[in-house]
Amino acid sequence: MSGIFNPLLIIFGLSSVCCVMIIINRMYKADNYNLKIEFNPLQFLYYLSWLSFEIVKANLKVTKIILSKSLPNNQRFLKVKYSQNSDFFQVVFANSITLTPGTISTETEPEYFLIHALDYNPADIDSLNKMDLRVTKLESGGAK
Amino acid sequence: MDSLSFLFNTISWILLSSGSFFIITGAYGIYKFPEFWSRLQASSVTDSLGVYLILLGLAVQSGFTFVTVKLVIIGLFLFITGPTSTHALANAAFISGLRPGEKLESN
Amino acid sequence: MFLVATISLLIGMMLVLVRLFLGPTVYDRVLAVNTFGTHTVLFIGVLGFLMGRPDFLDIALLYALINFVGTITILKFFKYRVIGDSHRDIEERNG
Repeated sequence: MSGIFNPLLIIFGLSSVCCVMIIINRMYKADNYNLKIEFNPLQFLYYLSWLSFEIVKANLKVTKIILSKSLPNNQRFLKVKYSQNSDFFQVVFANSITLTPGTISTETEPEYFLIHALDYNPADIDSLNKMDLRVTKLESGGAK
Repeated sequence: MDSLSFLFNTISWILLSSGSFFIITGAYGIYKFPEFWSRLQASSVTDSLGVYLILLGLAVQSGFTFVTVKLVIIGLFLFITGPTSTHALANAAFISGLRPGEKLESN
Repeated sequence: MFLVATISLLIGMMLVLVRLFLGPTVYDRVLAVNTFGTHTVLFIGVLGFLMGRPDFLDIALLYALINFVGTITILKFFKYRVIGDSHRDIEERNG
């Protein structure tokens, strides 16, 4: 990355790569846990672009709340059910919720996420359900 | 050639100044809001849009070099760890019994 | 151009530092430290561009790593009062 190719630096790099490989091998022997991630890269890119558009919209909303003089007194906890099966896509969904300003996933239960919303109105649940559907479509699209 | 670099300069100027605006807004929200949960929401403004606008402005400024690769690596890392640490913070506060509105009612 | 971003980052760090001193609960302070770390990462990067030495980005990347690990460690300490034990050890001790 720095554009310098000393033999000494390359030897250091190779030895540290070997150390990491040995440690990972040992960790794999300790618990036989395999993380399988299957998804369609094109679909994932499409989802990311949709998500960034959503982030910009939510950001403008929260910025308006911060710059207005009144304090927020309309915050509450919501329960949102999720329909993903694998761990990885549940993580994707929860991280997407947290990344959009105005909603933060607080607690994960076996059936639903507990979400804290800054400025509650009933349309929020609809948009969260739409996001859930999109992530589920992403998961089922990768399994084909 | 000169007009092209002028165009790039203008784009990165716009990106950097709007990113600075969102960062100041987020910090002001953290300073202003009266209790923990709303502060957490204000910090996510800084975490999401401010960081990426500034990194994008720097990437436009540097062109296709090693520097851009490093900027992309920083952006990816913050994209994964930002929500994770926010969730860890919210979960720890939730378990310890902090609820929204307690401070507001006592005032 | 970079000067504007640097100055606004400094103003943001000032506001967050005030919250760090005033914060009534522990979690407010951890939040302030986390946001301060994010500001520092951006500040180091922008400063490298301002001084014409973009090699500073390596340091910014390292700071992002340390910031994340530090936040998670502080939260784990306040939750379990230990840092090094695994989940199995904690479960054995608690029940």
